Parts: sequence; C-alpha cells; structure tokens
Amino acid sequence: MRIAMRIALAASAALLALGTAQAQEKVVKIGTEGAYPPFNNLTADGKLEGFDVDIAQALCDEMKVKCEFIAQDWDGIIPALQAGKFDAIIASMSITPERKEKVDFTNKYYNTPPAIAAPKDSDLKGVTKEDLAGKTIGVQASTTHFNYSSATYTDSTVKPYPTAQEYQLDLANGRLDAVNDDIVVLSQWLDSPDGACCKLVGTITPVEDIHGPGAGIAIRKGETELRDQFNAAIDAIRANGKYKEINDKYFKFDVYGG
Amino acid sequence: MSASTQTADSVERPPLPPHGWSRQRVLGTALVALWALLGVGLVAYLVSAWNTEMFQKYAPGYVSGVGITISLVAISIVAGAILSVPVAYGRMSRNPVVASLAYAYVYFFRGTPLLAQAFLVYYGFGSFRPQLDAIGLWSFFREAFNCAIFAFSLNTAAYQAEILRGAIQAVPKGQWEGAASLGLHKIQTLRKIILPQALIVALRPYGNEVILMIKGSAIVAIITVYDLMGITRLTYSRTFDFQSYLWAAIIYLLIVETLRHGIDWIERRITRHLKR
Repeated sequence: MRIAMRIALAASAALLALGTAQAQEKVVKIGTEGAYPPFNNLTADGKLEGFDVDIAQALCDEMKVKCEFIAQDWDGIIPALQAGKFDAIIASMSITPERKEKVDFTNKYYNTPPAIAAPKDSDLKGVTKEDLAGKTIGVQASTTHFNYSSATYTDSTVKPYPTAQEYQLDLANGRLDAVNDDIVVLSQWLDSPDGACCKLVGTITPVEDIHGPGAGIAIRKGETELRDQFNAAIDAIRANGKYKEINDKYFKFDVYGG
Repeated sequence: MSASTQTADSVERPPLPPHGWSRQRVLGTALVALWALLGVGLVAYLVSAWNTEMFQKYAPGYVSGVGITISLVAISIVAGAILSVPVAYGRMSRNPVVASLAYAYVYFFRGTPLLAQAFLVYYGFGSFRPQLDAIGLWSFFREAFNCAIFAFSLNTAAYQAEILRGAIQAVPKGQWEGAASLGLHKIQTLRKIILPQALIVALRPYGNEVILMIKGSAIVAIITVYDLMGITRLTYSRTFDFQSYLWAAIIYLLIVETLRHGIDWIERRITRHLKR
C-alpha cells in the first residue's frame, strides 16, 4: 500500500514536471530599454514595467511562449539584437527606413505624435524652425526625435542626451530651452512632480521619412516566422480587448493611432 | 671540493649560440605571424568596407570630435598642472592642517571614477542653479564643455600633484643641503637644482597621465560633450556599421602614438647630459 502510494506520487510528480517543461519549451527573449516611462521603465527593485512590457507579456501569452525580459541601453539595442542577446526589441522603437536596413519590423503596435516641451516661463510660441531659432533643444541620442530635430531645427543647437532622464534634468535647471520627444513620454513627465518646471508647447506633425509609421517590434532579419507570430498576436490582442485593457491602464486615449 | 673541480674554462665560456628552431622560436614566430595576419585583415576589412558616401557624411563629425577631445585634454592638463603645484606643496607641508587638506583632495579625486566626477559636476551643479546664479557662476557651469574642463582639471590635478611630489622627493636630500651650504635661497634651489632633476623623473608619469586623460575623456559624452567617442557612438547609431568604432580606435591610437614619440624626444633632450 505504502509503496504503491509512493510510486503513484513519483509518477504524478514526473508528469507534472514534464507538463511544465512542455509549456515552457519555447522561450522568447525580449530586449527593452528600461528608461523611457511610461513605455518601459526599471522599478527601484530592478523590475521592468510599463506599456511596452505589458504589451510584450500579452503578446507572449497570445503566442503561448514564455518571455524573458532583458534591459539594454538604447545605443546598443540593435547590435545586441543582432548579436543574439535577445530575439525581439519591444521598446517603443519607431519603424524607420534606416533601421529597416538592419532589422525587420512587425506592424506598428502604437503610434503617438512627437511634441515639444519648454520651461513654464518660456516665450516659445510654436514648434516651427523659426520659433526655435537660436534655442538649445535637448533630445535623446539615436532616436527619431534626434534625427528630426537635427534635420529640422538647423538654426538651433541640438544637444543629444543618453536617456530621457538627463534632458529632463537639464530642461528643469535651465540649460535647455526646449526638448523634443514623444508626447506621451513628455506628458507623463510633466504630470509628475519632477515635471512641475515645464509645460507642453505643442505637437509636431510626424514626418513619414523620419518618424515612420509608428513603433514596431524589431527582430533579426529573415526571421519571418517570429514576425508573423507577433503580427498575428498584435491583431489578436487588438481584437480581444487585451490591448484596450493595457492601453487604459496607462493612457486616457488610444495610443494605437490612426 | 666543488669549487676546485670547476675549471676557469667552464665558467668563462660564453653561452652557446641559439641554433635551429627551438620551441620558443617557433611559438614566437607563430605569434608574430598571427599579429601580422590580424593587422593585414584589419586593413583589408577597412579597404573593402570603404564607403565614400559614408565618409563624406560622417568625416566632418569625426574631425570636430577629435578637436573637442584634444582641446578638452590640453586645457585640462594645463589647468591641472597649475593647480597641482599648490596641492603637491600641501602634500609635502609639515603643517598638519594643510597636509591633511591636500591629502583629502588627492584621496577623493583618485579614489572616485572620473565618470562620477563629471556627472556630479554637470548635473549636481545644475541643481544649484539659483545659488550659482546669485554668485554669477551659472554662465560658466551652464556650458557642458566648461563642466567637463572643470571636472577633468580637478581630477588630473590630483594625479599630477602626486607625480610632482614623488619626483621632488626622489631628488636626494643632499642636493638641498649642498645648495643651502652654497647660500642659495630655497626658491632658487627648487628652481635651479631640484626641479630640473625632478622633471626627468616626472616626465614618464606625466606622459602616462596625458595618455590616460585622452582615453579617459571618452566618457564625456554622457554630459553631452560630443568628443571623438561620442561622435563615434552617434555615427554607429545611425549606420550600425562596426567600422565607426574601428576608425575611432585608429584615431585614438594615432594621437597616443604621436604623443609617445613627442615624450621620447623630450626625454632624449633633457637627459643629454647623462649620456656617455
């Protein structure tokens, strides 16, 4: 009797182990930046959170794969993908022609316009080249916003920063006259106590050549199977309400865009 | 006795000339060949990857980056050298207050990373803007380049003070005593007798310090001063082409190599009297 029980227990334990092993069979490693709230951010105890991370988790659930998240500096995020540190970048990466030469993209999973923010006492009237002539504009390096600012505001000084946090510090202390970034990132910061110094000046009409159709998931070239899986999963979570649920957790409007 | 059995002949015989291919020689030749192969491969890669369009687009950036790197290091080294004199004096002072102040300065700047110092100066002072405004220093600290110069000068001054102190203390005490017995004033002794000898000792460490500063300055892009390394990273983030880093490495190597030859030349000049 006792021996039979033990055998039964061992057998069920083995089955259980087998079951979990099968469920965890496919692991997709996701790279993200972790310094771009509210899209992706590292919490004080080192966990990744944000819209990108939740969307990635929902996509992985939809694809029935296990996701592992890896935080990676923005500058080196595409080389790290190519080097195989992870299999996909879900980090609010805009789909641009320059990047498309190096990686493949899924369809967009959101699209929000860029904007300009300035100190509260600023006399900035608008966001055109003339409005910003002679001003110093902060942007995050290696982003579409940097490319746009250096191409458009040729009469201004464009200062590239490693992450968004650093240009925020410099806008607050007055080294910068304006900053250029995604409207969602800027408004999230302006609503926080740290952003009390500054205000939104206006949004910029996206330029297709520079800003692209929106943010997509980057994967290594030629991995069409993974891309198709992601595309199907994006459509699925859009259809089944999961996207809206995550969207509403972070934003008051639909970030998917038109 | 063992001593008597050893003939004079066996002691004085010169070592046998190396012959044939000893294991070391094979290994050495193989290693040199490997290095040569790597060098050839590097050159071949750079030639094959040459892209005129890319060169025209990004070369001006590299030129300005090199300019920033060189001016940053040159200004910092000179400012640091001036600042290092009182610090070195303080380190050698018999006054415990002065000595411990100088020691604390050197301890702090040698014990913390240059990266942290640059960050502290740039963003730390940035958060004290009203106070800096009040004493009229904000216009200086507003510019990232000035902040970089400030941090780098303070950092290198600590190292240079130690170099200077070590070199002065390496000159034998008898030189001071001899000069005193001839009735020379302390300042005269320092200038005409001690420093010329100390600088021979200090030259190599000074050269190292300049080289370290050139390479250390590569971190300055985090405070938005786009030096050679910063430009390289920007270029890489646009092109995703690995050769942007290779070119940066080659330019750094050229700068350091030029400097090394310069220091060799100075050393030959100032040690002429020691050559037989």
